[in-house]
Amino acid sequence: MTSLLLFGATEGGLFDFDATLPLMAVQVVLLTFILNSLFFRPVGKVVEERESFVTSSRAEAKQKLAEVEKLESDLRNQLKAARQAAQKLINDAEEDSDKLYREALALATAEANASREQARKEIDSQREAAMNQLKADAAQIGDLIVERLLAAK
Amino acid sequence: MGPLPFLLPFAELEVGQHLYWQLGNLRLHGQVFMTSWIVIGALLALVIVGTRKMERDPRGVQNLLEFLWDYIRDLARTQIGEKAYRDWMPFIGTLFLFIFVSNWGGALVPWRLIKLPSGELGAPTADINTTVALALLVSLSYFYAGLSRKGLRYFEYYVHPTPIMLPFKIVEDFTKPLSLSFRLFGNILADELVVAVLVFLVPLVLPVPVMFLGLFTSAIQALIFATLAAYYIGEAVEEHH
Repeated sequence: MTSLLLFGATEGGLFDFDATLPLMAVQVVLLTFILNSLFFRPVGKVVEERESFVTSSRAEAKQKLAEVEKLESDLRNQLKAARQAAQKLINDAEEDSDKLYREALALATAEANASREQARKEIDSQREAAMNQLKADAAQIGDLIVERLLAAK
Repeated sequence: MGPLPFLLPFAELEVGQHLYWQLGNLRLHGQVFMTSWIVIGALLALVIVGTRKMERDPRGVQNLLEFLWDYIRDLARTQIGEKAYRDWMPFIGTLFLFIFVSNWGGALVPWRLIKLPSGELGAPTADINTTVALALLVSLSYFYAGLSRKGLRYFEYYVHPTPIMLPFKIVEDFTKPLSLSFRLFGNILADELVVAVLVFLVPLVLPVPVMFLGLFTSAIQALIFATLAAYYIGEAVEEHH
């Protein structure tokens, strides 16, 4: 413990400065250069390369994601359009068939009406003819009866 | 120290003793360099193992290194700012890693099993030479950062927002390295001393929570040093309007 008293003594002591100081400084400077070329530069290169790799892959992934989203929305739009087209087609076909049905129905009804009308007309005319015949016959018979009665008198 | 140290080989307490190496007419603290080389070796081994086969999908040690890199980048970016942090990130990161591994190495590795003729192994940051060296490097860096980015306009910083600030800013240039170095040195040394004293007094159980506290302090100190260094550099390169 007596050595604690050696502060500032010429030989030894805690504050004994000598050539250790400059040589240690030189040593540390050399170590700085060695570590720079063996440690800081190569590791820095690897780390920075990785950082740029990560950044670029992230940007790439983002771009791909955007592309996928765009494609998805495109497809969705296409699907929607196709569905609408199909719906329209169905509606058109339904309308067409409906129209055809109506037309055919109208035609048939009209035909039926016409033939019924014609039949009625025929019946009417025949009846009329028959009536006229009857009338004529009746008049003739009346005349004949009168003639006969007159003649018998 | 009495008879106790013979029973407890971990409990010896040596402060301010160094293992001196003579290099020409320079004197070095050998134990500091030995542990600092182990720290640097561990760091380099980790880095080399982790970067040997790097892939885009990280595996094993690469995960740890990337976590550290990310952590240091965040630290540098928040303190220095988006424009200049790239230039200073290796320096801040090296400071953080070196101090962190030194501190934790000092706290976790049972250095005292290795006997030295003098002094003892420990965290390199528990030696004032290391922390002052690091702090002076920080001072040089922020001057260099400011001058290289803004030229002589850097000195506008000293009279910003009013010229009254000039003496304070000049004093700051001295107090910054002083506080940086002494904070780190004091904390780490104090932690080692507290643990050593507790182990010396009560060798069982009681030192463990203090050791955990020491680990916490060590990590915090590394973070504080690196954050402050980055903050000083950020202050120097910041554009005033």
